[in-house]
Amino acid sequence: MTGEGYAGLGGWTPEKLGVPGEVRPVVAAPEPVLSRPGPEVDPTSDEVVRLAADLVATMRVSPGCVGLAAPQIGVNAQVFAVDVTGHPKAVTVHGTFVLCNARVVEASRWKAGREGCMSVPDLTGDVKRASRLVVEGALPGSGEPVRLVTDGFEARALQHEIDHCAGLLFLDRVAGAHAVYQRQVYL
Amino acid sequence: MNELAITVIGRDRPGIVADVAEALARLGANLTDSTMTRLRGHFAMTLICVGPAAADVEAALAPLAADGYLLATVRAVAPDSASVPVGEPYVLAVHGADRMGIVAAMTRVLADAGGNVTDLSTRLTGSLYVVVAEVELPPGSSDEVAGRLTRAAAELGVGVSLRPADSDLL
Repeated sequence: MTGEGYAGLGGWTPEKLGVPGEVRPVVAAPEPVLSRPGPEVDPTSDEVVRLAADLVATMRVSPGCVGLAAPQIGVNAQVFAVDVTGHPKAVTVHGTFVLCNARVVEASRWKAGREGCMSVPDLTGDVKRASRLVVEGALPGSGEPVRLVTDGFEARALQHEIDHCAGLLFLDRVAGAHAVYQRQVYL
Repeated sequence: MNELAITVIGRDRPGIVADVAEALARLGANLTDSTMTRLRGHFAMTLICVGPAAADVEAALAPLAADGYLLATVRAVAPDSASVPVGEPYVLAVHGADRMGIVAAMTRVLADAGGNVTDLSTRLTGSLYVVVAEVELPPGSSDEVAGRLTRAAAELGVGVSLRPADSDLL
């Protein structure tokens, strides 16, 4: 699926940003920036290009991280990075990409699944997400509009990150009073 | 038929549920609805059973509490007819920096609107406080309740969301 999937991004890779990313500290709830809806950005601005590179760099050094949104590194903006490559639950995989001003335009086949978040490190929760998803957004740098068609785990990651950009955490979407769990730590 | 409400709370150890269930089974008590969890590491169990007299159950559970680490209470309750939902089911989620009065303020908004909390859990992890409640709201009231919750949450500096509960029938 990977070759076909990349078509939606027009062959975009983080290297096209042309700037090295810097690893930034990840903030955790209850940091207020995580609960504020982010403004739309100019995807062609130098600031957004640097932000995109920083998100990719920070995501790559964070073990198990499949997505990172600007609010998680303290920036109130509609920008996020996703990479579900190699994840056992992923079906369609678009590799590493960054989207600005992303919107869900089609969502179907809702399924419950357990989610965690680097910004809520001690808890997980059961959240229903669309497993068939169409997202539109813009690529950082060129500002080129893209339309991604995806499914399964990548669809879940995209919805989680788009929520971050709207000031929402998975905690805002948990299924019920007994759908939040302490993350298990085995000593 | 006696209906009894029983609580068992205290220091957790393996085997408490088995001990309680066994004591009830010996008395011929039928364990109906029950819930058990650990709250900050403490064992907490609440259950309803029908059958024996309260005094017999108290006596049967006494050895459990003998070491001083567990507290068991038994109380006869009037059998409740299945409660009728007052309205539409919603899930309330609140999260933010821990402070006094979050649950009090948010549930007061629900109560004032005629809402009934049917399930609730709260967690404190680090400085993050999370409340998730299932609530039945009078039909047509959710928009107004959501507005009041948002205002109450803003005063507390926490985030709030109110969504229809998922009630897919399969």
